[in-house]
Amino acid sequence: MTTAPLVGGDAVADDGAMVTRPKRGTGGLVPRFAGRGLDLLYLPALAVLGFFTLWPLLGGILLSLSDWNGYSADRAFVGLENYLRLFEDPNFRTALANTFVYGVGSTVVQQVIGLGLALALDRAVRGRGLARAIIYLPVLVSPVVMGTMYYLFFAYNSGGLNDLVIAFGGERTAWLSDVGAAVALIVAVNSLQFVGISMVIYLAGLQSIPTVYFEAARLDGASATQTFRHITLPMLQPAFATSIVLNLIGGLKLFDVIQVLTGGGPGYATNSVSTLIAKMYFDSQRAGYASAMGVVLFLIIAVFTLVLNTMLNRRRLEQL
Amino acid sequence: MSAGLRAPVRAGERMPAASPRSPWPARLTIGAGVLAAVLLQLLPFYITLTSSLKARSDLSSQWLPPFGPWSAGDVYWQNFATAIEQGRILQAIGNSALVTLCSTVLVCVLGALAAYPLARRPTPLNRIVFAMIVGLIMIPPLSILVPLYAQMVQLHAVNTYWGTILVMTATQLPLAIFLYTAFMRGLPVSIEEAASVDGANAVQVLFRVVVPMLKPVTATVVILTSVNVWNEYALSVYLMRSPEMRTIAPSISTFFATSSSDLGAAAAASLISVLPVLIAYLLLQRYFIKGMVAGSEK
Repeated sequence: MTTAPLVGGDAVADDGAMVTRPKRGTGGLVPRFAGRGLDLLYLPALAVLGFFTLWPLLGGILLSLSDWNGYSADRAFVGLENYLRLFEDPNFRTALANTFVYGVGSTVVQQVIGLGLALALDRAVRGRGLARAIIYLPVLVSPVVMGTMYYLFFAYNSGGLNDLVIAFGGERTAWLSDVGAAVALIVAVNSLQFVGISMVIYLAGLQSIPTVYFEAARLDGASATQTFRHITLPMLQPAFATSIVLNLIGGLKLFDVIQVLTGGGPGYATNSVSTLIAKMYFDSQRAGYASAMGVVLFLIIAVFTLVLNTMLNRRRLEQL
Repeated sequence: MSAGLRAPVRAGERMPAASPRSPWPARLTIGAGVLAAVLLQLLPFYITLTSSLKARSDLSSQWLPPFGPWSAGDVYWQNFATAIEQGRILQAIGNSALVTLCSTVLVCVLGALAAYPLARRPTPLNRIVFAMIVGLIMIPPLSILVPLYAQMVQLHAVNTYWGTILVMTATQLPLAIFLYTAFMRGLPVSIEEAASVDGANAVQVLFRVVVPMLKPVTATVVILTSVNVWNEYALSVYLMRSPEMRTIAPSISTFFATSSSDLGAAAAASLISVLPVLIAYLLLQRYFIKGMVAGSEK
């Protein structure tokens, strides 16, 4: 955008000659025809967002300060009681811990496999288009359906996993009734379903590295390991940032897969904060308490997003 | 940070990033790894396919196809009939199609309209509005479930198409506005100015000049929105509770809820629900992956 403004500085808001006015920090120019009336165009979108997202968000904060069963008319203001109760509730503490395990676990698995696959498929191997398309396919399937498919596979009596284990001399196992195994399998299912996103992000990252860097490194006699460590990895910084933030948020929000695979059970052992909210509201009629969990969940995601974005962006700047 | 405007990288345009030619043991390992990943990703589909074609009394392994010497009987189609008749899968597909179509149209129209002033008038107010909308992208649906559901009950919007359509629109709109805004900022303003000099007012400039240039970003928004709404479960399972209003993802989970969970029918229903997305993916694969990447770079 190098067009010089016809009249510098603040143009008088009048009709007539085309005047563009530079705006600091936007990198663009405000065209003269774009008057204040143009802002009316975002009002319909704001109305929908305000009514179905922002209003509930604020309403949730209010609800979290009250004791309410979710349907009756009486709603008592109890201050911060719900929040204080949260931190003494062992079920919530389990759900909170699980939420981090699902978030961090999925993120680690997806980065390792996603980057590995991207590096493998960045080469000119035969059938790489097909491989990429198949590895990406589960991303498009509803997590509920993916969970159902794996539920069949993990089933105690007829499940394919037990057939495999028995064929190798192991014992028939109730995978989803064992807390440790169930949490690990939930992480595995979520990671595998969305590993295609990480792979595609890393592939795009790899392909954006100018080839001259690799040629220069080769001329200088750098080994493959050196090239990878000093060129490929640093140049992938933006891809790391994108992929990690996306996977982490996806994992922290996890709901559908848990509902299908374990329903949060056995007992409350595999709940995430999300599934516990649904349980508290619809099964236990504790709407105020569930709202407090909702506010905490929102804060966790907000803090993680902000911190990670700042951290990874700063590192991105240092690399350049 | 900019999304949507990246030039597509085509295979073959450049040399592969790695060293010229790896020794054959390395290539074999890499090939085996990729093959393992491909088979692992196909595994759930294969297991579901064999399960869906076997009767409950057929105790042969899920690994084995439903025909051949190990099979107790013939290929068993009854699971699909059960899914369609008792699970009302076709009705759920119709409900999902309606909700997906309406919310996608609304998201595109409201999103493109909202993005124009946000892209072309970066006033302090508009920058706050934009930042707020982008902030909404990351809101987890469950964090607003309780107040949203209570509000929908008051509005008599539970079990209605319009209620679910508006909620789905609200969940997808922030990302669409972000993508449209980023795309419009990349369009040269001089074209719009030229039209304005020729006497077009702002609304004419938008509809006659800008909207026709939005095809690529609209393709991205349509794919992201329709896949997300089609697959949505966390909110629609509560908003569409009566059997005749259920959308597709929640209706799959009903095969578990019933006391005698019918896994064969669940498998059949899963396959039916995946089919429309699968067909779209086969036809439009390039756009899908490109669109999803653009959607992720926020």
